[in-house]
Amino acid sequence: MDYEKLGLKAGIEIHQQLDTAEKLFCRCPTALQDVSERTGEFYRYLRATESELGEIDRAAREEMKLVRKFCYYTYDTVCLVEHDEEPPAPMNPEALEVCLTIAKMLDMTPVEQVHTMRKLVIDGSNTSGFQRTALVALSGALPDGCRVETICLEEEAAQRVEDETFSLDRLGIPLIEITTAPCMHTPEAVQKVAGHIGMVLRSTGRVKRGLGTIRQDINVSIADGARVEIKGVQELDLIAEVVRREVERQVNLLAIRDTLRERGARVDHTVIDATSLFAGTASAILKKAKSILAVRLCGFAGLVGREIQPGRRLGSEMSDYAKKCGVGGIFHTDELPAYGVTAEEVARLREFVGAGEEDCVAIVAAGRERAGCAAEQVMIRAEMALSGVPEETRKMLEEGSTAYMRPLPGAARMYPETDVFVTAIDEPLWEGIAVPELLTDRAERFARDLGLDEALARQVAFSERLPLFEKAVAAGVRPTLAARTLLATCRELARDGVDVGRVSEDELLALFSAVEAGRAAKEAIPDLLTELARTAGGAGAPGERVDAAIEKMGPAVSQADVEAIVRRIVAEREAFAREKGMGALGPLMGVVMQELRGSVDGKVVSETLRRELKRLLS
Amino acid sequence: MENLQTGDRVRYVNGGTALTGTYITERDGMTVVKLDSGYNIGTSPEKIEFIGRPALQPPAGAGVVVQSRDLPELAIISTGGTIASRVDYRTGAVMSQFSASDILRAIPELGDIARYRDRQVASILSENMLPPLWQELARAIYEEIRHGVAGVIVTHGTDTMAYSAAAVRFMLKTPVPVVFVGSQRSADRPSSDNAMNALCSAAVATGDLGEVAVVMHATTNDDWCAVHRATRVRKMHTSRRDAFQSMGMAPLGYVDYPSLSVTLSDEAVRRGAEEPELHDALEERCALIHFYPGMPSSVLDAFEGCAGLVISGTGLGHVATAWIPRLREMIEDGTTVVMTSQCLHGRVCDRVYNTGRDLLAAGVIEGEDMLPEAALVKLMWVLGNESDPERVRVLMQTDLAGEIRWRSV
Repeated sequence: MDYEKLGLKAGIEIHQQLDTAEKLFCRCPTALQDVSERTGEFYRYLRATESELGEIDRAAREEMKLVRKFCYYTYDTVCLVEHDEEPPAPMNPEALEVCLTIAKMLDMTPVEQVHTMRKLVIDGSNTSGFQRTALVALSGALPDGCRVETICLEEEAAQRVEDETFSLDRLGIPLIEITTAPCMHTPEAVQKVAGHIGMVLRSTGRVKRGLGTIRQDINVSIADGARVEIKGVQELDLIAEVVRREVERQVNLLAIRDTLRERGARVDHTVIDATSLFAGTASAILKKAKSILAVRLCGFAGLVGREIQPGRRLGSEMSDYAKKCGVGGIFHTDELPAYGVTAEEVARLREFVGAGEEDCVAIVAAGRERAGCAAEQVMIRAEMALSGVPEETRKMLEEGSTAYMRPLPGAARMYPETDVFVTAIDEPLWEGIAVPELLTDRAERFARDLGLDEALARQVAFSERLPLFEKAVAAGVRPTLAARTLLATCRELARDGVDVGRVSEDELLALFSAVEAGRAAKEAIPDLLTELARTAGGAGAPGERVDAAIEKMGPAVSQADVEAIVRRIVAEREAFAREKGMGALGPLMGVVMQELRGSVDGKVVSETLRRELKRLLS
Repeated sequence: MENLQTGDRVRYVNGGTALTGTYITERDGMTVVKLDSGYNIGTSPEKIEFIGRPALQPPAGAGVVVQSRDLPELAIISTGGTIASRVDYRTGAVMSQFSASDILRAIPELGDIARYRDRQVASILSENMLPPLWQELARAIYEEIRHGVAGVIVTHGTDTMAYSAAAVRFMLKTPVPVVFVGSQRSADRPSSDNAMNALCSAAVATGDLGEVAVVMHATTNDDWCAVHRATRVRKMHTSRRDAFQSMGMAPLGYVDYPSLSVTLSDEAVRRGAEEPELHDALEERCALIHFYPGMPSSVLDAFEGCAGLVISGTGLGHVATAWIPRLREMIEDGTTVVMTSQCLHGRVCDRVYNTGRDLLAAGVIEGEDMLPEAALVKLMWVLGNESDPERVRVLMQTDLAGEIRWRSV
């Protein structure tokens, strides 16, 4: 696709959890819990507040279509603030500092005074019914001339356990939201910018890592299309694909619109009760429904079933809207007969509602009230198809297609959080914020100064083990040894089922220093780590535990022992050695190392072996 | 700059940024602007440029609220507690709603329970409540009862709601439910307890109760409201929804939510048991003091001339021995002194230890198991209606309005 010609404009919002000791507005830890650890449950109803115009925010109203009771799981790591039973504590200064650090790295301008707002969110993910959020800095720079518009500090929502049940451990973890301008014009550019911002965030060393700790929302529009916000893209690699698929969706919706207009299509606003038609149906869904309502979509035949995105049709969009009324979905004649509905029933339905060749009929089956609501939603979405692409908030499905969530929220759903004082960002505070080195710069530095190859340097710089690596190098450990052990060796052991995560940082450092002091061979590291993991949590200081592991895995072998073994092995294979000359070094090395079971550094062995060979050959 | 008005359109220019927004106010030398994104920020005034002043929009949304004539009529009397509020998203201001139609717009289900008359007695934070306002409130409730309403709902800030409810209970005999209600979590928030409390209070007010009660959340869930007797209820938590608790007795009843079915205990006074009567005299020169170890008896000098003094004493009802001579003097000078306990649970008994016996000998009245606040309000009422010291003593030790329980269980 020619994205330039299509007028693609995309922006992103990145949400990143901060790795602070405490939550944003209470003193609870920012640790996630397993739901089985919950210490209690409670439930509440949420109700949207009337605004001055007598209007409820349109996104909030949409959520209210279903009267829902929300259940919350609580833990001993959660307090009354998350329960919405106590006013918030002052804003966590550590979180503000991290936020300002990121703002500074992005070359942004802080606001002089931070005002915390309440943003209405009544999907149940916030016990209060609002999310606390504050604008901290404005206008920053990104590569390729793109701009960051704002950075906000807000509280993370509770995570959904299932349906209307939420877990409160995540609620209140500090979260920053970085919003870019709609300055990207290709799917790849979006992914690149997201990658860059992610790198900046990780450069602070103070953001949470792992699945779900960073989420991207993507805003996409094309010329003549509409702004669509896609929520919750967790994997960086999928971003470009999500954009490509959204452009495809908008292009196809516009093509459908054009065809509909050519055909003079319209939506018949009479809802027809078709319950009696299906009295003897074999369709399980229709059979158990109290009410089956039909909507005639004049001129829509063939278009409702047309694919607009992999696995998604215009019919899926209508179905998403209908689901807001609590129905499971809809049927339409573009996809029937199917699902137990016979061709004969379809013909009868068409005749009953007076549908012509060019018309499509959609049916909803549910209780009377829900079916009525759903039929109305189908009509609303069908009307939107006549004018093109609706502005929407959508959620990502697997693979990168999307489904409708709710209308775009109105800008006017925020009001001040009066329980939190404003925070001034004065000159000394801003000047005192230290800007950490970017991970990309660090990788370059590692390659240049520490002699790591580029790939390894980058791997170390971006790894969660970076702080330990730096500690080890500062303690005099060879960078390559530290890097290979922390990245390659640990990963391989983990793959083989060794719980290396249980080996403490101090033990790793003690192990490195034992190797560097010649008390253990670097070849013995995997065995030693395995032993340390096996006995993890045991008594003794880290150094003692490492010594015990060395003792256990292989008693110390003296240089004299090594020389004796080497001499014996060379003598046993004298013919081979004489034939191959110094070329025998490699093969013999393997034999000696096997005998020593890694308890001696390979370098020592190879030097001894070389000496012995030379002596034999001279 | 000094001429900017709330609601003016302004431009905020900072570094490379120029954003538009709405002027809110000046605070501590900083200008507060609501940016078009909805966020407020504080900025130096020089970074703000005036763009224009939009024409004032009439406060819309005043849709007609139809009240059904077939339903019983309730009076909603407000004192300042917020049962409903409305957010001005343009400026972010939260406004309390007092009129019946505003409340009905915010909590439409109230319209399924009753029709409403509204009346505003005060618009204050409840910590600013005054005994004369209790009297005014009692008179207003009495008038509404005489008018023939099926029940009365009083919206009240929660801090001193228990005092007001008790005061009204002593001043008023009522054949219909008089229900005090408030909310612990602000009414602007979607999670507020206001709507459920209001609906439950309306259910109680149209129900079979015949006394003054406080109706608030019974648990942290939105599942039940408890109906508390006005003279035995206390706010026992600063912020939780279920802060109000019946002390020394079970609640008078519960309201299930959202079904709103009301269950009353046998003990609850039933509708029609009393004829309406108003006895609104109060002796305001009364005080309540909380004794602590080392509290000097000279503190009592400040209460010189008080008609009545309630002491929230330690344990079974004690103060330091050094206080006794001074208390004796005050009693001889005509001050009625009633002893209650800061334990809140249990009965005062000044016959166990010497200090207690000396207090009794000095003329201190044992306040039985009365809550200190209820005892204070009762003392004001008793002294407002009775001057004979012996009659006062008897009345203070008589259960007048459910404030004394004769059996501790």
